[in-house]
Amino acid sequence: MLVFTLASVSLLLVIGIGLYYKSAPIIHQLSWGTLITSTVWKPLKGLFGFFPFIMGTLWVTGIAIIIALPLCLLTALYIVEYAPVRIKRILTPFVNLLSGIPPVIFGVWGVLFIIPLIQIYIAPHFVEFSTGYSVLAGGIVLAVMIFPLIVSIISEVLRTIPQELKDASLALGATKWETIKKVILRKALPGIVAATVLAISRAFGETIAVLMVCGNNAAVPHSVFDPGYPLPALIANNYGEMLSIPSYDSALMFAALLLFIIILLFNIISRVILTRLERRLAG
Amino acid sequence: MRTRKLEELFFRTLMVLATILVAGSFFLIVGTVFIKGIHYMNLDMITKTPGGGFYIGKEGGVLNAIIGSFYVAGGATILGLIISIPVAIFINLYMDGKRFLSNTIRMAFDVLFGIPSIVYGAFGFLIMVYFGIRASLLGGIIAVTLLVIPILVRTLDEVIRTVPFELRDAALSLGATRWETAKVVLRQIRPGIFTAILLSFGRAIGDVASVLFTAGFSDNVPTSLHEPAATLPLAIFFQLGSPVEEVQGRGYASALILTIIVLIITVLADLLIKKYSKHKI
Repeated sequence: MLVFTLASVSLLLVIGIGLYYKSAPIIHQLSWGTLITSTVWKPLKGLFGFFPFIMGTLWVTGIAIIIALPLCLLTALYIVEYAPVRIKRILTPFVNLLSGIPPVIFGVWGVLFIIPLIQIYIAPHFVEFSTGYSVLAGGIVLAVMIFPLIVSIISEVLRTIPQELKDASLALGATKWETIKKVILRKALPGIVAATVLAISRAFGETIAVLMVCGNNAAVPHSVFDPGYPLPALIANNYGEMLSIPSYDSALMFAALLLFIIILLFNIISRVILTRLERRLAG
Repeated sequence: MRTRKLEELFFRTLMVLATILVAGSFFLIVGTVFIKGIHYMNLDMITKTPGGGFYIGKEGGVLNAIIGSFYVAGGATILGLIISIPVAIFINLYMDGKRFLSNTIRMAFDVLFGIPSIVYGAFGFLIMVYFGIRASLLGGIIAVTLLVIPILVRTLDEVIRTVPFELRDAALSLGATRWETAKVVLRQIRPGIFTAILLSFGRAIGDVASVLFTAGFSDNVPTSLHEPAATLPLAIFFQLGSPVEEVQGRGYASALILTIIVLIITVLADLLIKKYSKHKI
């Protein structure tokens, strides 16, 4: 049992070391700085600039959070503070079901629903032409994918706020919304931050759904209707050819390492916040 | 006074709308997949493997991918359980008085849970290269096992924590060893183990990024661990990328099949959790 526990916990370390070991050649060859800031991606010439992919990831993730956070915050507030028990009971399973849907199905939905929506109804108002395959499409699909995560974490945080605090505010004559605004949200802020950080890290790593809708063009996007090429999609798409071009596999492992490090940090930050919150309320 | 009431009404309406949108997105997704997929759905899809001209729109189905997916998800879940049950027992029963350490381990699993499947896929691929394993059922199972271990450990840990302390204390005070106590606890959490299995299986069967490099793809049902195995999500992805309309349509039908499988699993898990929490002491 001890062996299994240690082995699975050290998996974190082993993954990190394994990925670093494999990407070491490219890091020595080009250095961290060049790899991250260069915009030129020409594997055949040995030029590996990850900047477009990093920007692609940031755009898609940013759009997803901007869409999902307000919606999920409002939803969680409604479920916890307003909804009658009957409605609560109907709503919770749907959030669960949504979280169970596999990424590839979100991708299919994106292709069938979001892409035409953007191409025909949204994009013509803003730009001359868009295929629909864009960072906006990726962002929308991702937003829906992280709904359940954000809603469930924020709801949990909201439930831990002591009833006495709410009662005190209501007894002073505040309306329910004023109580939410001035008491509940203020108390729940660290939890909301933690949920956001966790959602960002989830969105960062999402591969297949985003790959299917965001166009995969290795250039820095300049508007929401431009295609983007996030890091995970880069890894997934180029797996087939990576063994035939020198240092390509090393470069792709560097992409995985980059993802791993960012997500590791974000996860640790949010978990520390959440555990502290839990402990403070328990103690 | 009136502005306060108006503000309340405004935000309340906003909340209801947001909730409808969030909960409704589930119907939007399932509905879209259903409407598109049902057109191309037929018995051949689930009873036949791809025939000669399958990828230019001729006869056949995706039975290879359905079975392949069940093999990968089933194998990974079994392997994952063998590793996770001892871990969950260890954290809860063998680490008395080491709260800091056990909490650190819990956090490590939380973080592992957050690592995306593409990273597990890439790492699984590294392991395979290191041991000289080709893309195969075995490779897929290894990568997906890594993916489901955190899910299993977290779920089992949560279930074990619902077992009352008194029960363990009673067992221990009767002179039972820790391992015998563990057996008592395991009996208590049996329904919880099923829930963990379903959750892990549901995640495993739907994941693409982890099997992309590791399981390979094949038109046949794998007969040994060393043969490449097709998986349903990957089959959907490939078929959708085809320019042939008929093949794309089959992709939608495959998406419908996967959605139905996953929904059944999720609903079962949900029911089990509910039933379990009703009978809890």
